[in-house]
Amino acid sequence: MKTSVIFGTLVVAGLSAAGAASAGTLDDVKARGVVNCGVNTGLVGFAAPDANGNWSGFDVALCKAVAAAVLGDPAKVKYVPTTGQTRFTALASGEVDLLVRNTTRTFSRETDLKMDFPAINYYDGQGFMVRKDSGVTSAKELNGASVCIQTGTTTELNLADYFKSNGMTYQPIAIDSNAEGEQQFLAGACDAYTTDASGLAATRAAFPSPQDYIILPEIISKEPLGPAVRHGDNNWGDIVGWTFYALVAGEEYGVTAANVDELAKGTENPEINRLLGHEGNLGAMMGVPNDWAVKAIKAGGNYGEIFEANIGEKTPIGLARGLNAQWTQGGLMYAPPFR
Amino acid sequence: MIGKTSPSAPYVRKLMLDPLPPPAKASGVSLWLREKLFSSWGNAFLTVIGIGLIWLLVSHFAPWFLHGVWNADSLAACRKTIATTWGEGASGACWAVIRARWNQFIFGFYPAEIYWRPVLTFVLFLLALAPVLFSQLPRRLLWGSLVYPLVAIWLLWGGSVWPVAMIGVGFVIGAVLWRVLVAKNAILAALAAVVVPVLFWLFLTGPIDDLLGKVLPVSIQSVPSRQFGGFLLAIVLGAGGIVMSLPLGIVLALGRRSDMFLVKMFSIGFIEFVRGVPLIALLFVASLLLNYFLPPGTNFDIILRVMILVTLFSAAYIAEVIRGGLAALPRGQYEAADALGLDYWKAQRLIVLPQALKISIPGIVSSFIAMFKDTTLVTFVGLFEPLKSIPDTIRADFAWKGIYWEFFVFVGAIFFIINFGMSRYSMYLERKLKRDNR
Repeated sequence: MKTSVIFGTLVVAGLSAAGAASAGTLDDVKARGVVNCGVNTGLVGFAAPDANGNWSGFDVALCKAVAAAVLGDPAKVKYVPTTGQTRFTALASGEVDLLVRNTTRTFSRETDLKMDFPAINYYDGQGFMVRKDSGVTSAKELNGASVCIQTGTTTELNLADYFKSNGMTYQPIAIDSNAEGEQQFLAGACDAYTTDASGLAATRAAFPSPQDYIILPEIISKEPLGPAVRHGDNNWGDIVGWTFYALVAGEEYGVTAANVDELAKGTENPEINRLLGHEGNLGAMMGVPNDWAVKAIKAGGNYGEIFEANIGEKTPIGLARGLNAQWTQGGLMYAPPFR
Repeated sequence: MIGKTSPSAPYVRKLMLDPLPPPAKASGVSLWLREKLFSSWGNAFLTVIGIGLIWLLVSHFAPWFLHGVWNADSLAACRKTIATTWGEGASGACWAVIRARWNQFIFGFYPAEIYWRPVLTFVLFLLALAPVLFSQLPRRLLWGSLVYPLVAIWLLWGGSVWPVAMIGVGFVIGAVLWRVLVAKNAILAALAAVVVPVLFWLFLTGPIDDLLGKVLPVSIQSVPSRQFGGFLLAIVLGAGGIVMSLPLGIVLALGRRSDMFLVKMFSIGFIEFVRGVPLIALLFVASLLLNYFLPPGTNFDIILRVMILVTLFSAAYIAEVIRGGLAALPRGQYEAADALGLDYWKAQRLIVLPQALKISIPGIVSSFIAMFKDTTLVTFVGLFEPLKSIPDTIRADFAWKGIYWEFFVFVGAIFFIINFGMSRYSMYLERKLKRDNR
């Protein structure tokens, strides 16, 4: 008798599923009243739930900004934790509306996997960490070293490329997750530990004695991390991309969470006026309320504020802006004009 | 004999001597030591080596356990407390993380204000389980156990009460049809008891749910499956899988020994396929591949999907265990059942299965334990099981980044308690059912 309990539930599940037609993502989100945002299952500084299950982090802040821009409320986000294996299917199958999961933009992901990366929210790159007493000060001196490396990731391929192109050899120590890699490295199983530079900084900061370890200056790969949406729904891609650029432009023009309401009443800078909906109707052009950028910036501040609050130099993770500074400061953050 | 003295004997001692204690070498601790540990040079050598190994382990791990810190709000604070209490360089466990994230370990991301619902479900689970496990309890309580799954589904997932109630109504319809028709034609009755409820669920439940939901709205806050996590998820998957895989396993085992060609081939094919494929592959099918096959927008619950796969997986193993039990029964038992004039189902129910299942108890419980531990594999489809996903999530909070072994020790301990309980129960059952018919 009990075997058919499954069947009954199955039938009920099937019934409740009928009749969900797929319109544009924006319409779906508006009808649903909540943005389904695919995030990392947990990455220090980028996405992490607290003891009560409230998510925060650098990536999470973008989910909140999009929800604020579209629905007017940064809390209207449903966070769907995705693993490295499940993230792309979650997006492709419509389980999430956007994926903000420190995902590297690559050629094949856009063309073959049919995703769009409307913007890049963090320029990362792969680095190395070694013990200070090893005397190594440059990645070029790592010839013959054993390196702890997470299998099945782009970091593994980058590592092979780098050592090959420099005519060096290494001994890979395969690990399954960052937590395991840290244990192996601390236990002395490998001479060097390699992963994205943002991850290295956080890892080192959490060590019992961080001063005994150094991060080598070389960055051996390009890892442009950004939000991803499905191919073909350009309107939704515009919303995600331009919401992010609104945050970047906010920093460039000095619009912060604290003064955005004030500035929205009108300033002498026409660009700010257009951005904040005082002039023109940029919001309506992509189907969101005209104060979308005000709401987005109010959600967690502009790009610089989000950076400083989650991963910046005042946090334990302590990342410098580097490539992620504004273009005016020598970085790559460059918002196209709002007009 | 002793009290009687023969008149011809000049002297017979009448008092018995008090027994002397055995010599020191042949009693007490020294005897035990000599017999169990130092009975020969080789054994003495092994004993010394063994004690050395134990000492090595204890001396390494005991300080770590003893230095454990229970009150701290971050790993850094833990390290500081250990350093000030036990001196610089001392190592110690940071149990504070278990305290701080206890709710996450137990409930995952289940809404905090309704934690009482899983707790109540668990208490009811124990109550529903009691009459199943212990035959001393009144048999009438089993009706409660039968209704329990529906109550549990409603309490855990919430929402309107009617869809869940309709599942139950479907079963009642099936049971009534069977009762009414079985006297006339068993095949017809079986067919009706399966087909009519399915039709009822497919076509009638939806409108009835809507109607009743409007007339008499009884509903509690609904909780989506993605918010389940921790031991709540492990126990839901484990208990659901165990309850469903045993009957399915019995059916498959009987099917494999059946004379009917199709039934036999299907059972063999199913068992061999499922046993030959890794569970992770099946889980990926459940979570990823199905998304492509089902129509877009279909919301086929992820926990249900995983539970079905885990159940099928476990049922294939249990079927083989039970087939072993069936094969171990002497042929005479089958022939005796035939000689009594019992039909197939009666023979199985009254004579064959009770004995076969009794023989299979250790194997079945092993399968249950293995399956319960396998529930941790759902981490690969993005569910928050307690062994890897929850710790990874907690480590993503910078306060606890770098904690590693504490999670394994804690989660391992809980798993051990549950599995040890299952193992002890199976031993109790074996003792109780022992008939000494060897």
